[in-house]
Amino acid sequence: MNFLGWLFDPAHWSGAGSIPQRLVEHIGYTALTMLIAIVIAVPLGAWIGHTGKGGFLVVGSANGLRALPTLGVLILLVQWIGLGIVGPLIALVLLAVPPVLAGTYAGVRNVDASVVDAARGMGMRGREILFGVELPNALPLITGGVRSSVLQVISTATIAAYVGLNGLGRYIIDGLSTRDFPQMIAGSILVALLAVVADLVLAGLQKLLVSPGLQTGGTTRRVRALATRSTDTAAQAA
Amino acid sequence: MNWVIENLGFIASLLTDHIVFSLVPVVIGLVIAVPLGWLANRAGFGRAVVVNLAGLLYTIPSLALFVFLPAILGTGILDPVNVIVALSVYTVALLVRTVADALEAVPPLVVDAATAMGFKPFRRFVAAELPISVPVILAGVRVAAVSSISLVTVGSVIGFGGLGQMFTDGFQRSITAEVVAGIVLVVVLALVVDGILLLIGRLLTPWDRAARAVAQGATA
Repeated sequence: MNFLGWLFDPAHWSGAGSIPQRLVEHIGYTALTMLIAIVIAVPLGAWIGHTGKGGFLVVGSANGLRALPTLGVLILLVQWIGLGIVGPLIALVLLAVPPVLAGTYAGVRNVDASVVDAARGMGMRGREILFGVELPNALPLITGGVRSSVLQVISTATIAAYVGLNGLGRYIIDGLSTRDFPQMIAGSILVALLAVVADLVLAGLQKLLVSPGLQTGGTTRRVRALATRSTDTAAQAA
Repeated sequence: MNWVIENLGFIASLLTDHIVFSLVPVVIGLVIAVPLGWLANRAGFGRAVVVNLAGLLYTIPSLALFVFLPAILGTGILDPVNVIVALSVYTVALLVRTVADALEAVPPLVVDAATAMGFKPFRRFVAAELPISVPVILAGVRVAAVSSISLVTVGSVIGFGGLGQMFTDGFQRSITAEVVAGIVLVVVLALVVDGILLLIGRLLTPWDRAARAVAQGATA
């Protein structure tokens, strides 16, 4: 239980390389990466979903990403661009884009056709339909994509300590080079905690952002029950 | 390219390690996930617990899990067993949910028919529910195998990464060709294993193909 001693040692809670500093760095990398990734992926995914052009590329990139070894991508970019934050940041964005892109694409694509027809019937134009109907309806899948991206980025930013990035991964890499195992274990606990807390916060945010009518739970089931009943009556009428 | 030709022996031994490190956990994970998924599907309360716990395990970053496991297992921090256990944990986390969903989707008529034919619960599970669930479970196994093949490389940071050692070695000695070759090999291995699993799935579900042929005949 040496790592508990390391974790609660006051010397590790202030000054250069302290836990709060590494935590802020880690969150900073993640936030910056996600900002860039969302700015790229959401408009692109929405456009592809709205027009239906190039959908296979989106699905392919999301599936292909799973096979791509993150450490290899990090090292390759650092060898091309040199040490510093730019190489790892590009690698992180590269890995963060596909899940958000796939989520946005699938979200916009899977909006109930009758809902889009109804919007068009009410006189809404393409742009209004996209922003007023398709994107809000796609939010559950978009935020789902963002959540898996964030986990991927937190995880990869940890590995990026190997190529010189700061953040919580430093404890694991530095601990390894000095055979300071308590430091390594403490660092890995901090990373795991960060990932779990980030996921919980995003799940909460998802609840706040997504319209209650679209959330799985009591309301949806009631809405769905009503919907099936009305289609049943429609079928009978026909 | 020259680097690859000069180091074929080294690459072959890493490839063998890689296959063992990545696929043994998928087999272990599947063997554990099937009974757990069955349990999750049977008990409503158990399902919520199992699915949430699996989700929690899946959020833990790989490098953290590789380093953290020795503290729980009591193994050495640089023991390759950690990588195998960590990847098995991910596979279980991914597949428990898939197995539970797959079993839930088995048509009640099939279960009833098997019961009516005198199948006891265990035999009914093995001979009817599990085979019917194969396509869905196999889709999960494919995701788990591909992820596992890619995740093994992270282990090279702490000394056990199969082909991932081509990344760390290439980084330390500044051989870009080695890093590129490593990435290509990992992706190709993932594609090959994915293809093999797809084939195994076809062989395991001959009725699926028969049904498709009948459907095609009907439309023709």
